[in-house]
Parts: sequence; C-alpha cells; structure tokens
Amino acid sequence: MSQTMLELLLRSLWETVLMTAASGLISLLFGLPLGLALVATDRGGIACNRWVNSLLGAVVNGFRSVPFIILLVALIPLTRLIVGTSIGTWAAIVPLSIAATPYYARIAEVSLREVDRGLIEAVRAMGGGRWAIIREVLVPEALPGIVAGFTVTLVTLVGASAMAGAIGAGGLGDLAIRYGYQRFETAVMVAVVAVLIVLVCGIQWVGDRMVARLDRRA
Amino acid sequence: MTQHFATIEGVPPPFDTALSETVVRIVDLKRRFGQTPAVDGVSLTVRKGEVLGIIGRSGAGKSTLIRCLNGLERPDSGQIFVEGREISGLSERELQPLRRRIGMIFQHFNLLSAKSVEENVALPLKIEGLPKAERLKRAAELLDLVGLADKAKAYPASLSGGQKQRVGIARALAARPAVLLSDEATSALDPETTRSILALLKDINQKLGLTILLITHEMEVIRSIADRVAVIDAGRIVEEGAVWSTFADPQSEVARSLLAGIRPQLPQAIAARLAGTGREAILRVDIAGEAARRPLLSELATSIPGRFRLVHGGIDTIQGEPVGTLFLAVETASGGVAETIEFLNARKARVEVLGYVTDNA
Repeated sequence: MSQTMLELLLRSLWETVLMTAASGLISLLFGLPLGLALVATDRGGIACNRWVNSLLGAVVNGFRSVPFIILLVALIPLTRLIVGTSIGTWAAIVPLSIAATPYYARIAEVSLREVDRGLIEAVRAMGGGRWAIIREVLVPEALPGIVAGFTVTLVTLVGASAMAGAIGAGGLGDLAIRYGYQRFETAVMVAVVAVLIVLVCGIQWVGDRMVARLDRRA
Repeated sequence: MTQHFATIEGVPPPFDTALSETVVRIVDLKRRFGQTPAVDGVSLTVRKGEVLGIIGRSGAGKSTLIRCLNGLERPDSGQIFVEGREISGLSERELQPLRRRIGMIFQHFNLLSAKSVEENVALPLKIEGLPKAERLKRAAELLDLVGLADKAKAYPASLSGGQKQRVGIARALAARPAVLLSDEATSALDPETTRSILALLKDINQKLGLTILLITHEMEVIRSIADRVAVIDAGRIVEEGAVWSTFADPQSEVARSLLAGIRPQLPQAIAARLAGTGREAILRVDIAGEAARRPLLSELATSIPGRFRLVHGGIDTIQGEPVGTLFLAVETASGGVAETIEFLNARKARVEVLGYVTDNA
C-alpha cells in the first residue's frame, strides 16, 4: 500500500473517531436526561406526567423512524445554522448526534426502568426528593447498563458515520466506498474493514471493562 | 423530645413516662384500591418507647397501613399524627423533612447496590445535607451498633441476608428517627437470622428507647419482640392488647388461626379419633398469669376423684407472663369430668371439652 494511501487511511480513521466521539458525547449529554425524563414522566414515575411523556415518546419515535441517510439531508439547514457549513466532518456531527440522541435515550430508558422500585421507595422513605432519587438511586444503580448502552451507541455511530460520506464528511466508511468499492481497490477495502474491526473491538473492550468495574451487583 | 436518642449509648427514659407519650396516632384511616378497601377505618396509637406489632394475613391491609405512616401511600380519609403533627394531606415536599423522623426497614432490605455499606448507612444524612466527615462518623457509630463495623467498605452484594438487614437497620437509624417502621423485615430471612435480627431490634428498643411499629404475618415475631399487638383483618383492627393476653386468650378467629402454628395443638392422632362419647374426655385447658404460676395439676390430682393424664401441652413465657395450653384426658367412669372443669374454672383456667376417646393412644 502506498504512502498516500496510508495517510488517507489514517486521516479517515481520525475522521471516524472524531465523528463517533463527538456525536457520542453529545448523545450521552442529551440522551441520558431524555431517558431519565421518559422514565420519570411515565406512569408510576417520580414526576408522572402523561402529556410530557407522550410528547417525548413521540419525538423520540419520530427521529428514530427516519432513515439516517434521509435525516442527513433533511437536517442540512440546521447543520448550516450550527456549524456554518453543510459539508465536512464537523457538519456530519450534527445529524449523527441528532440520530444517536433518541437512540441512546431509549437504551438508557431500559436500564433506568430496571432499577428496583424498592430502592426508590427507600430513598423516598428517608426524605429524599426527585433529585436525590435521580442522583443517588436511578443513575448510580443503572450505571452499568448506561455505560453498556453507551458502548452500543458508539459502535452504532461508527457504522452510521460511514453514510456521512454522502455529505463529504470523510471517514473510514467513505474511504471504503470510494476506493474499495467504486475503484475496485480490494486492498483498500480489506484494510479499511480491518481497521474498523479493530476500532469496534476496542470500543467494546473498553466498555465491557468499565461495566465490569462499575457493576457491584454480584 | 429527641434527647433520649441523642447518643447511641443513651439511657432509656423511665418506663412509665416512656409509655405516657404518644408518638404515632392514627384516627379512622381509610384507603381503598378501586372497589376493595385495603385499610378500612383503622385507629391506633403508638406510645413512645413501645414495640407495637401489627399482624395479619397477607392482603389484610397491614402493608398499606404502615406505608401510610410515612406518606409512601396516601390515605383516602382519616388522620395520622406523628409526634403530634398531622401528616395526612401534606404535599410530597412537606413530607420530606418529616420522613427523616421516621425510619423504615424493608422485607427485601432495599440497599443500594452501587454504594458501599457505609455510604448506604450515611445516605439519609447526605440527603439531609450533613458534611461528609460527619455522616461517615455517624455511619461508623451505627455500624458498630449493629455489629458490622468491619463491613463498612464492603458492598451489599457480598453480605448475607441478615447482614443486609443489619445495614438496613443502621441506615434507618442514621437520622435519629422518632419511630422505626418495620415492613416484614424478617420475612425473607431464615429462622436463626430472624431471631438475631429481632434480638437486635429489641436491644435497640431497650437501649435507645426507640419506638418501633412493625408489621408481620408471623406470630413468632410478635411473641419475641412486641409489647402490644394489633390484629388486622380485611383492613380493620379486630383485636388489640398486650401480647401475652392475646396469646393467652385470642378473641378473633384470625388471631387464633395465626397462633395455631406456635401454640400447642391437640396431636393429630388424637384429634382424628375424637368421638361424642368414650372412656376419656379430652379437655383443652388454657392458663395464663396467676393460674399458670400455681401447682395446678398437683392440686387437681389431689382434689378430684377421677384419674387424668396429660396428653400434650406446655407453658411458655411471654413478656414475663406464663401462658400455657394443656390437653388433658380425664377418665369419665368416675364422673370426674364435671368436677375437673369446675375445679379448673375456679382457678381462672379456661376449659373446653374437645370430645371423647376410648382407646389409649
């Protein structure tokens, strides 16, 4: 493989890592509170509110049902507003984040819902309010699941970022399509896939290690 | 008010004043779920320093009742006073500071798995806003009290059930509550562990003068720790009184049925052969207090003409009072049955003729 190709591969890897990390962090930042809100406003939740719950549920489902490639294009005006341009790696982070946030919110919601209601009751019985329940019970008790879900989200983002090539964001997926698929350069294709496998395995390994360290349940 | 509980080594207040003060008062409490009333007009008083046990079968409403006391459950009507303050009708936010005056322990312990033992114990104080050093110091005191000082840094998953409940007790006591609510706290534990947890609760009750209100479906729990018992059935208190007197003379069907497991029963072999007539009359003799302190059988043997034998029975000590049930087989031939009953009744024993048997067994 030529020197230029290696440089291209490294640059693409960096673009993929950047897109995955930035949109992953944003989805964590917004998805976790959204997941908390979905659980809290649900029936029997700590801030039960049917209207808010239905509204949030509808918004989450709405974004999740739009195919990412369409979201990528449909969000161009918003992307331009936020990033200033609608093409490039940074521009891809906007639609990636907006797709990953409701996705992660649902995953976080599942973990938060699994927290034993008896624990919430115990903290209420000791005089704790909603904030104490969130901070002392819901988040810490669901943390292994929250981290495991974040790992899943990151891996999904690695895959989704391949489509970001459509708006010139670069990245490994884009490299594989342009060089490997469209120009029949099998070596490039194989190299990209190998790098992707290593990247995904790395993310999963770190995530699993963190979950094992956090989980005090057994 | 809280003075007696100010230190862990605090001495209990004098007995009579301890019982004169009311900590919890419930007036005509009602709570229904849909069409079924769970609590249907309960009135109860818990006095300072006492252990009140509420017993009932599952579904009798005891859990709903105890959960109303700290506002985890909202009553439909009626009033609840804790330390003289009415808590029914308060908002969730208004209830929060009051709940710190009410400790609670649970059947499934409800310890936070992500927090260490000391963090669990210190949590009520964290919620209250105490600085970390202070709350960890208090947690250490309490872990010492429940005998788990060496487990402070451990996580709940590594503890046995009994140890978990000890942590639960320490946590419930952290904020120096006026009353401890126990929601079937020993129901998930084996008999031996149950005994040690009950002994700990009794010890805390005596050492700290802590008022305890517990619910259970096991008479054994009532027997070993409660001063007074209230029997609840279908959402109503059907019987209430000192534990020993309820054991000696249960008034309600529920109390009798719940007692059946731990009071002497006529052996099945004899019960199966009871008939309308026979060579011996089988008497059930219930004695308590004075009647159980005297040499009753010896007196009976020398006073009546007929012979009798002891088939089954025993005398238990409950709250320092002897409470017993004896099953006697009295020979009918000499006509001593009526005399025996009369003799025993005169000595405050309750006698019931269960039936007759012919062959010895």
